[in-house]
Amino acid sequence: MANRRLAPASEQPESFAFTPENAEWAKHQIAKYPEGRQASAVIPLLWKAQEQNGGWLPQKAIEAVAAELGMPKIRVLEVATFYTMFALEPVGRFWIQLCGTVPCDSCGARELKGMLEKRLGPPGHVLPDGNFSWLEVECLGACCNAPMVQINQDYYEDLTPESLSQLMDDLAAGRPVKIGSQTGRTSSEPQGGANTLTDETLFDGSRVGAWRKRFEQAKEAEGADASKADASKADAPKAPVAKTGEAESATQQAATAPRPAKPDAGRPVERKASDAPAQRAADGEEPVKPEDRADAAERGQSIAKHGGARQGDADALDSPAKRVAEGEPAAGEESRQEVPGRDIPPPPPEASGASEAVEEKLDSEKKK
Amino acid sequence: MLADQDRIFTNLYGLHSPGLDAAKKRGAWDGTKFLLEQGRDWIIEEMKASGLRGRGGAGFPTGLKWSFMPKKSDGRPHYLVVNADESEPGTCKDREIMRHDPHLLIEGCMLACFAMGAHACYVYIRGEYVAEKHALQKAVDEAYEARLVGQNNVHDYPFDIYVHHGAGAYICGEETALIESLEGKKGMPRLKPPFPANMGLYGCPTTVNNVESIAVAGTILRRGAAWFAGLGGKNNTGTKLFCVSGHVNTPCNVEEELGITFRELIDKHCGGMRGGWDNLLCSIPGGSSVPLVPAEQIIDAKMDFDTLRNLGSGLGTAAVIVLDKSTDIVGAIARISYFYKHESCGQCTPCREGTGWMWRVLTRMAEGRAQKREIDMLFEVTKQIEGHTICALGDAAAWPIQGLIRHFRPEIEKRIDQYSANPHSDPVPMAAE
Repeated sequence: MANRRLAPASEQPESFAFTPENAEWAKHQIAKYPEGRQASAVIPLLWKAQEQNGGWLPQKAIEAVAAELGMPKIRVLEVATFYTMFALEPVGRFWIQLCGTVPCDSCGARELKGMLEKRLGPPGHVLPDGNFSWLEVECLGACCNAPMVQINQDYYEDLTPESLSQLMDDLAAGRPVKIGSQTGRTSSEPQGGANTLTDETLFDGSRVGAWRKRFEQAKEAEGADASKADASKADAPKAPVAKTGEAESATQQAATAPRPAKPDAGRPVERKASDAPAQRAADGEEPVKPEDRADAAERGQSIAKHGGARQGDADALDSPAKRVAEGEPAAGEESRQEVPGRDIPPPPPEASGASEAVEEKLDSEKKK
Repeated sequence: MLADQDRIFTNLYGLHSPGLDAAKKRGAWDGTKFLLEQGRDWIIEEMKASGLRGRGGAGFPTGLKWSFMPKKSDGRPHYLVVNADESEPGTCKDREIMRHDPHLLIEGCMLACFAMGAHACYVYIRGEYVAEKHALQKAVDEAYEARLVGQNNVHDYPFDIYVHHGAGAYICGEETALIESLEGKKGMPRLKPPFPANMGLYGCPTTVNNVESIAVAGTILRRGAAWFAGLGGKNNTGTKLFCVSGHVNTPCNVEEELGITFRELIDKHCGGMRGGWDNLLCSIPGGSSVPLVPAEQIIDAKMDFDTLRNLGSGLGTAAVIVLDKSTDIVGAIARISYFYKHESCGQCTPCREGTGWMWRVLTRMAEGRAQKREIDMLFEVTKQIEGHTICALGDAAAWPIQGLIRHFRPEIEKRIDQYSANPHSDPVPMAAE
């Protein structure tokens, strides 16, 4: 676990609010998730807040995101401190994350680290000119192009201390730099070009549709079988798997509007977990069966005798068990955000997965 | 060597456009409607028959996983979640799929969703992959524009796909942690059961699959289970993306048949071993979580699930890290230990405390500043962590160290001897018991 804390109060800004564009963007992100599940958008919103705030997350931004999503502040703070890509302290204009895990480590990341230490000082420390700060991070997933760094959002791969130093000079001076491999590779092909994927027919579209022959042959064979079977009056040929009818019905079922139902939580569906008093109370029955009460009363010291006042108005009882039976959270969580219980199916999200540009285009097409 | 026409990821290196038109020429979205018309059962049967094993590390049969989803919806929607939180050290294959062949992934999502009665799919991309997120979102937009996906699409199956972006946590590659993260919480794995197929995202039936497992689905269904099963060996069928990194002449990603030998993989695609085959020390064949395999055992071994398991290691994500004799092997495993210490989510005590403890001991061992009896103690502690945590991160932290002790014990002892043979002012410490 990484030990991560918020920046000291002296570095925290007074306030934070999303710009109108970012607030609009946030709305679109929230719409990606089903209604009532807006908490899912917490990571995208924190990203946007970090971006807006110059690469790090102040406390006020965390609180603003919490307010936006109707989440308790502590839940958002938990997320911000758990995920290591949220910088909780100010970073340089160019925030260098050096991959130091084994594949990079064995291919020269130690030399890069030495260079960065020499040039920028200890990690997590912004230079006085505000340009650079750096940190050794765990595997960034570009292992075939080791060693590599991520500067702000871009990957720079196949580095040497010299090329990284040059890259930093170029960035600081505002000169254009090449993202990706610094040794001329397109991506993760072998240096000097690959000896695979050279067949031109893969790319010119001439192989498209060739696979259909398989199905045509199967169909012909099936037809031949059927006629043969008819001729010899033997047993009917086996029905193909696809025509059992199950597929069609299942598809139709899933496509129609879903009915609410309780999740089975691993238990067989449509069977109650137990025959508990709380459940009977929830169903509007007497919570304690008369025969049980009689049985208990016979022994003289039963609480049922004294607890008469509670038996009558069982529905007013507010026990955790009853709340569970009614599908509410068991603990006193009323004060928390309005998250639907697990047993309420989330309605489909409003937005499609496409970004807004496409939607607008589609809209305008519809209008035409 | 695998023939070019049997490769699924034909734009692996990004030498061609990732756009929709070029992707269609390469065979994506070719007859998707025809495949959907064959029915749910046909798709699942075909996936089962192909023998495809999950490409995310555990190697669980994909078709079987799909068949676990309820056949009929009980009212709750079904979800497909694609695990693109690729952060196993050594692994960089999903990145290439997302930025160079995204349409294979989107088509695969649609087929998988149809087979499982899901209408919504979330792709969870790791936070560091910003460019890949944009590339995939661009492809999703193209697919929406061409009405290949979305409501009222040309395939007559309502289907929405959303790209979700994480924020840098290795643990979110674990399926239940990924679901937690997608719900907006800390990525802490859930106890199973209930399994995600019963109660996953938002309490609804969910299947979590790796990017590669989903992206190969379209091609398998088109060319047939028999074609896919004909590649590779029994129980280890098909092709796989290998990510070769470390001390080879030209590290690269390459799609190869499962069961290719280690020697052939390196010689054919990676320009051979740096300094020749005699220079090979060991290899970590499946990403940092699997135990290392020393040179003499790996060199002619088949790269598939079962062979590597029999060598006491595993294929994992097929991220082959090659280490030559210049490597400080104890230091390298200590670095892996640091990784797990950093990435432990802190939920289970054996992992939270154990990963840091193991890292500290190993760091001393790398210098030789340790006692020989600590080697056995360390081994014992790894056994105490393994299998005693909610998720597999505890196991993943323990295995590399077990591999080190199993194969390189003399090396650790040599360092301890060297250290103690020289005068030092500090006393040799001993791990707290």
